[in-house]
Amino acid sequence: MSAVTASHYTADYPAIAPSLPGQSLPWLQQLRTDALQAFSATGFPSPREEEWRYTNVSGIEKKLFSVPANQAASDVSADLLKAYQLQDAWSVVLVNGRFSAELSALSGLPDGVSILSLADALATQASQVQSHLGQAVNNAEHGFVAFNTAWFSDGLFVHVPPKQVLAKPIQLLHIVTQADALATTRNVIIVEESAEVKVVETFVGADNAYLTAAVTEVFVGQNADLTLYKIQSESEKAYHFGGIYIKQERDARFTHHNFAFGGLMARSDIHADLDHSSECVLNGLYLGVKRQHIDNHTRINHLKPYGISRETYKGVLDDKARGVFQGRVVVAEDAQKTDSQMNNRNLLLSVDAEVDTKPQLEIYADDVKCGHGVTVGQLDDKSVFYLQSRCIDEETARNMLTFAFANEMVDKISIKSLHDNVLEQVLARFPQQGVDKEWL
Amino acid sequence: MLSIKNLHVSVGDKPILKGINLEIKAGEIHAIMGPNGSGKSTLSHVLSGKSGYTVTEGSVTYQGKDLIEMAPDIRAREGVFLAFQYPVEIPGVSNVYLLKAALNAIRKHHGEPEVDAMDFLTLVKEKVRLLEMDEKFLYRAVNEGFSGGEKKRNEILQMAILEPKLCILDETDSGLDIDALKIVSEGVNSLRSPERSFVMVTHYQRLLDYIKPDFVHVLAHGQIVKSGGPELALELEEKGYSWLDEQVAA
Repeated sequence: MSAVTASHYTADYPAIAPSLPGQSLPWLQQLRTDALQAFSATGFPSPREEEWRYTNVSGIEKKLFSVPANQAASDVSADLLKAYQLQDAWSVVLVNGRFSAELSALSGLPDGVSILSLADALATQASQVQSHLGQAVNNAEHGFVAFNTAWFSDGLFVHVPPKQVLAKPIQLLHIVTQADALATTRNVIIVEESAEVKVVETFVGADNAYLTAAVTEVFVGQNADLTLYKIQSESEKAYHFGGIYIKQERDARFTHHNFAFGGLMARSDIHADLDHSSECVLNGLYLGVKRQHIDNHTRINHLKPYGISRETYKGVLDDKARGVFQGRVVVAEDAQKTDSQMNNRNLLLSVDAEVDTKPQLEIYADDVKCGHGVTVGQLDDKSVFYLQSRCIDEETARNMLTFAFANEMVDKISIKSLHDNVLEQVLARFPQQGVDKEWL
Repeated sequence: MLSIKNLHVSVGDKPILKGINLEIKAGEIHAIMGPNGSGKSTLSHVLSGKSGYTVTEGSVTYQGKDLIEMAPDIRAREGVFLAFQYPVEIPGVSNVYLLKAALNAIRKHHGEPEVDAMDFLTLVKEKVRLLEMDEKFLYRAVNEGFSGGEKKRNEILQMAILEPKLCILDETDSGLDIDALKIVSEGVNSLRSPERSFVMVTHYQRLLDYIKPDFVHVLAHGQIVKSGGPELALELEEKGYSWLDEQVAA
């Protein structure tokens, strides 16, 4: 098993543990001890596990990524902040996995709203953290969850009280500056009844090999509304494993936009549990170039009646990039009248690009409306010719069609500054000739 | 304007066009009629540069240049416009974006500066009114979710804005109800000018009630078997196409 190869990580743990937050909290120490034990037993996930068969993480087992001693906020370039930090948002900036107060922007929070680092939350509102940490996911999920629980060095904590509608989005800006760094962050987002919140998770880093292992636990209360964006723009040499685990209460609405652009190997796990009449929308766009490996694994559990889920993932893969989409929708026996649609569409731009797509429906109820569809293909020749017959040269026509394919997902972003930022990133990843930024 | 000489075209090993001769002068409207499978659509595809066709013999000269040698986008910039029988849906590309990109490609080809944004919108809105279309069509993805009639109207809108010299209308009338046909025909008629020529490929005589051709050619088995004035269309209407087969056989 991979436990053997991960043993150097457990051996490294005692040196790191004293620097991790929550030393004085016995419940957290217990949680970490249990997680370390679970990780020691399983190690990182192995391709022998069905849910990991397309993504072999031996690359991180061969190395030792370790939690840096210092946060090194001074390493963060002004250009990087300018490019990725949203101006019209409250932001929590983590550098090499630890909170940087000087780079964050948290003034003017409405009364009763908590937006702070997880380490600070453990110091000031530990009971609120305790009642949620580990409640949306536990060590049994897979090795990365146990690893994260034992190792997490900081993260984002958000608590929004009932009926509060936040005027600005919240951004978690996750920056890794150091080579061979391990950035293990744990985020807890609690949105209480009828509150409305937008949260943006942005992952970026310097041009180094490093490992991001993040877990975000999300609690969407009754009739509450959370839109969560994930912008994964890690270094081309980095490994990224990010899990998002969502608990939706009755009538809760959760929308996720998952943009996977960076990383040598990147994987997102998005698991949502839906209660009565909850609504879950999962949108995703993955763009792979060179030898990138980008895996997205989603699971929607319809546990109660009248739930609605809509999932659209699109991928564009060029060069020797490989994409993986595993989408699973489970409709429990109790979840009558579930309405679920899942779609995965892929565009392969080179003969060496590859995608493995596996949509799965597991339905145990008998009165439901569920569907799924998958396409894998090249650009349509008829469309290319149509554009050529309208004066557009072939290369530009192909660029336009590729961009249009991806842009459908970018267009769904409702935060203007974020939309523009993501648009720039999409344009930067594919040849830009002939694609007008003023996409009317 | 356009000179087609002894044009032979094959798809794979199968000959489709077997020696077409056609001279089109500036300002003329030529209707090409014929039964299904006669090679009408092949002719419009070859003129617009669609791949999959091999010219095995003969030539096509457009404004003194070899048309067959030109890439489809170059032909379009030189003023050849094909109104598609089946316009293609392009999700994610808005109508107005395509129009602007196309117009600017033509201007660049002729060494002219890009169109001014305000002038462009004024022009586009004027043409939209001409074709009795809703302005909101401009901001929708090209042809996506359009009805058959809307797609054909959209083709004529593009034609009106790009102002080509040689317009090839491939079965533009088929599938249109009479009201849509009238609007499309008015659009085409408004574009008639001494400098602009039209090739209308059609199965039905009905179109010619609304757009008067100068010449009518009948295509059968890959050859033009009869040419004449507008009265030939009426003769076809009366007798159908079968008598032509007899004539060819004889």
